[in-house]
Amino acid sequence: MIPELGHFALILALLVAIVQSTLPLAGAALGAPRLMALARPAARAQFFLVVVAFACLAIAFASNDFSVQNVAANSNSQLPLHYRIAATWGSHEGSLLLWTLMLAGWTCAVTLFSRHLPPAFLARVISVMGLVSVGFLLFLLFTSDPFDRLVPPAPEGRDLNPLLQDPGMVIHPPMLYMGYVGFSVAFAFAIAALLGGRLDATWARWSRPWTTVAWSFLTIGIALGSGWAYYTLGWGGWWFWDPVENASFMPWLTGTALIHSLAVTEKRGAFKSWTVLLAIVAFSLSLLGTFLVRSGVLTSVHAFATDPARGVFILTFLALVVGGSLALFAYRASKVGLGGVFGVVSRESALLANNILLIVAMASVLLGTLYPLFLDALNLGKISVGPPYFDAVFYPLLAPAVFLMGIGPMARWSHASLPSLWTRLRWAFAVAVVAALVLPFTLGHWSPLIAAGLFLALWIATSSIVNLRDRLANSHRTGPLDKLAANSPSYYGMLLAHLGVAVFIVGVTLVKGYEIEQDVVLETGQNVTVGGYEFRFLGVRPGPGPNYRAVTGTVEVRRDGRLLETLHPEKRIFNASGQAMTIAAIDVGVLGDRYVSLGEPLVNDDLNGAWAVRVYLKPFIDWIWGGAFLMALGGLVAVSDRRYRLAVRRKAAPMLAASGAAASAD
Amino acid sequence: MKPRTRRLAWIVSGLAVLGIAAALVLNAFRSNLVFFFTPTQVAAHEAPRGRPFRIGGLVESGSLAREPNSLTVHFRVTDTAQTIAVSYTGLLPDLFKEGKGVVAQGTLAADGTFHASEVLAKHDENYMPPAAADAVKQAHEAMVTKTLVKSGGGGQ
Repeated sequence: MIPELGHFALILALLVAIVQSTLPLAGAALGAPRLMALARPAARAQFFLVVVAFACLAIAFASNDFSVQNVAANSNSQLPLHYRIAATWGSHEGSLLLWTLMLAGWTCAVTLFSRHLPPAFLARVISVMGLVSVGFLLFLLFTSDPFDRLVPPAPEGRDLNPLLQDPGMVIHPPMLYMGYVGFSVAFAFAIAALLGGRLDATWARWSRPWTTVAWSFLTIGIALGSGWAYYTLGWGGWWFWDPVENASFMPWLTGTALIHSLAVTEKRGAFKSWTVLLAIVAFSLSLLGTFLVRSGVLTSVHAFATDPARGVFILTFLALVVGGSLALFAYRASKVGLGGVFGVVSRESALLANNILLIVAMASVLLGTLYPLFLDALNLGKISVGPPYFDAVFYPLLAPAVFLMGIGPMARWSHASLPSLWTRLRWAFAVAVVAALVLPFTLGHWSPLIAAGLFLALWIATSSIVNLRDRLANSHRTGPLDKLAANSPSYYGMLLAHLGVAVFIVGVTLVKGYEIEQDVVLETGQNVTVGGYEFRFLGVRPGPGPNYRAVTGTVEVRRDGRLLETLHPEKRIFNASGQAMTIAAIDVGVLGDRYVSLGEPLVNDDLNGAWAVRVYLKPFIDWIWGGAFLMALGGLVAVSDRRYRLAVRRKAAPMLAASGAAASAD
Repeated sequence: MKPRTRRLAWIVSGLAVLGIAAALVLNAFRSNLVFFFTPTQVAAHEAPRGRPFRIGGLVESGSLAREPNSLTVHFRVTDTAQTIAVSYTGLLPDLFKEGKGVVAQGTLAADGTFHASEVLAKHDENYMPPAAADAVKQAHEAMVTKTLVKSGGGGQ
């Protein structure tokens, strides 16, 4: 009964979405306030219906209803409750339902926080988001119904893929999707502005907080996925340039370019067309990511289904969205205009150069990701493009972009003078260069790449300090606290996010430069010394888990004879599928991790004999995720700026009268 | 600077960045593409010597052997028509099993052994890497065609 209720709610949601995507749009075109006023209630009703559908599926999973195909294929009665609920988005169908839920949620949030928007503009925004929703609901109902019944019901479920039975599964997909789908708001704002022909600084100010929040979620989502891969895949890597990772990284790069370009459009009215184009591209890449991951063209833990109908549907949908919005852009861009003029040395130029580098980097990732797929599709042979390609292309492209991060915030808008920039930044530059040249000696060996990486990180940090000091020195207020308070949260958010990049670069550089990876054979009681740490293997013992059998090893980590930590790496065999899985044991430290994972016994089934063991030292690896979280935090701090809320209040008064119809419809 | 000169400067610098990027990308592409070969293609000497490539197929049942007290293992990969001997030093992935699909990256030694630097099996139990599946399918189709041609020839 409950699955049918969910199915019915989805059908109703589709009908409401059709209303939401057509009538307000027509209303905006005809100037009919009654039709425009439908936008808000329709969006909220759609959200409610999708929530009901999602809850129904979650209940089916929680109550082990194996008469539902999706539940039978992706869950098991032995699976702990929190993983049964997370299994709701563990399948292709469920993850699409989560996508749709996020989209409806973002639309609903727009109706709540955009009382100040002109009614015609709001109607267009919500209609555009409704159109995207129609596409996804059609896709769900016609190709991937999550509520399909299984006749006769299965006595037991096939189990969730063991790789997904991890706390990461509970938070990584929702966070990532919040980010992916959040770009639909920026996209809808851009399309609405193109349709209405009005695109100015106010538009950018409306769009900015939404884009920044989405970007922050995406940053956290990607960081969580990376951390998850680090401790579960058992290889100790944090990024593999796997196509699925690239699929989430491309919208991130474009989104990063977009939030900077939006800043220019808001403050200076420049880059208008470019900003709109970026908003379209960012969301198109989110859709492309969904297509790549969900259509089964990629080989990875994320690829669930290989049903050609689904691939064709998403590809068509993608073509319609990208083609339609680019056509609209081509038709309207001349009306939007390029915006203000600026000097060759100015903050605008620095941001533009940064934008171009980010987009070129994104394009190189796109090429490396899609080229093998094209060759394969055209039957020209199978190839793979591995990490060496991405490393060779990516670092040289992003290094200048990161260098500009030190200069951009210091340069004045419109016209900056190069000599004055040099005077203000020379000490920051000198300190960064000297420290970067000396530091590697104290950390171990010296190499040009390590020095270059450290220089970039230090350069961001020192130039940020100079920036803050200049700001405080030029403040008219007295007292250090007053001076600090005079700067806006969006300024501190920017500093925080940039420092996050610095922390991230430190992590990447030092892990790449100083990590030690050893695969060894260890018998019970044997030692191995890696990078000054002594690892003593004390054998393994078998034990049961909730839905698996485990073999748990014991490894003592010592430094100079002193016991630091006892690690328990595990090997799990899952009851339902018989699949094996390695759980690494990690001694986490600010200055580096000690990482141990079990391979297999050297002689088959002789658990008490010698084992193959991985022993890794990963210096500063946690800085990678720490940096990512700082970036996301910076985004959230920036959004808390009063400016965005002031705009709401100031606009609210005159708008109230004009949007009487919309208000009464609430 | 006149606006026109400035615009020109922008376009030129933009093109320069794109040119450098394109050069970087193409250069990196050429040197880092890894091609895929089936055991049949390797047996027919179609695979390059001294350059890494990937092979795929099934791990032949009963072929897995470990050198005593070392991390070096030997196994054979088959597409059901041809097999190729593979040696690998390191930890095998969880999903590596005899009779299951596998993809390995490495180089071909003079004695015809494939020295794998990486063994990939990033899939679940019921899943076959498409590359491995393809290799088996191709070999099967070739066999069917051969049999058809033979039986057709015998009939005449």
